[in-house]
Amino acid sequence: MLWADEITQPMPNCDLLLANKSANIHLKEHLGKVLYVDFWASWCGPCVKSFVFLNQLNTEFKPQGLEIIGINLDENFSEAQTFLDKYPANFTIATDQAQQCATEFNVKAMPSSYLIDKKGNIRHVHLGFRADETAKINALIRQLLTE
Amino acid sequence: MLNHSPFITVINIIRNTTGYFLFFSSLLLSGCASVSPWQRGILAKPEMQLSTQPVQALFYEHAYGSREAASGSNAGSGGGCGCY
Repeated sequence: MLWADEITQPMPNCDLLLANKSANIHLKEHLGKVLYVDFWASWCGPCVKSFVFLNQLNTEFKPQGLEIIGINLDENFSEAQTFLDKYPANFTIATDQAQQCATEFNVKAMPSSYLIDKKGNIRHVHLGFRADETAKINALIRQLLTE
Repeated sequence: MLNHSPFITVINIIRNTTGYFLFFSSLLLSGCASVSPWQRGILAKPEMQLSTQPVQALFYEHAYGSREAASGSNAGSGGGCGCY
């Protein structure tokens, strides 16, 4: 179980397939970067709003070493594709078809996001998405990037 | 003489054990399954809801709750998509 007060746990490794099905990626490949792992699905209303925010984050922080991975959990990936056509993402989108990653991260709500430091430790767990919390997430990312 | 026939013995065994059999087999019939937040996409679709008219059902529920002076006396409402 991962609650906000139990963080600083090492992140589980996940075997994911890129949305365009070109390659498999592993979360541990990104050690040394600050990782923002976001679990989303096409039927999840707040995910639409979070995509706008994640695109902004990616534009602002990618050059400084932030890697955003949006992990899709749709049971039918064609629904995710329709969502992506409507709300394009400029960050990495992958699928977790075996739902292994969501199970290991113990995702409790949709969307759920995990901020992971350069050493691979989960430093912040965020459930849902509300526009008034973006400043806090921005500050956390800045802090992790300087560590 | 009839009471000692094998047929009657079998009937008695069945009669004595049927209750236990039904009880223990009912334990296997539980229809509950845990659904993870990320597995609620299909369950959250409008066609999967118990009520075909959720807004009307809400009004009925309100009227029922007022009449019974017990708000929330019905099952909870909401789509249950697992969104936070």
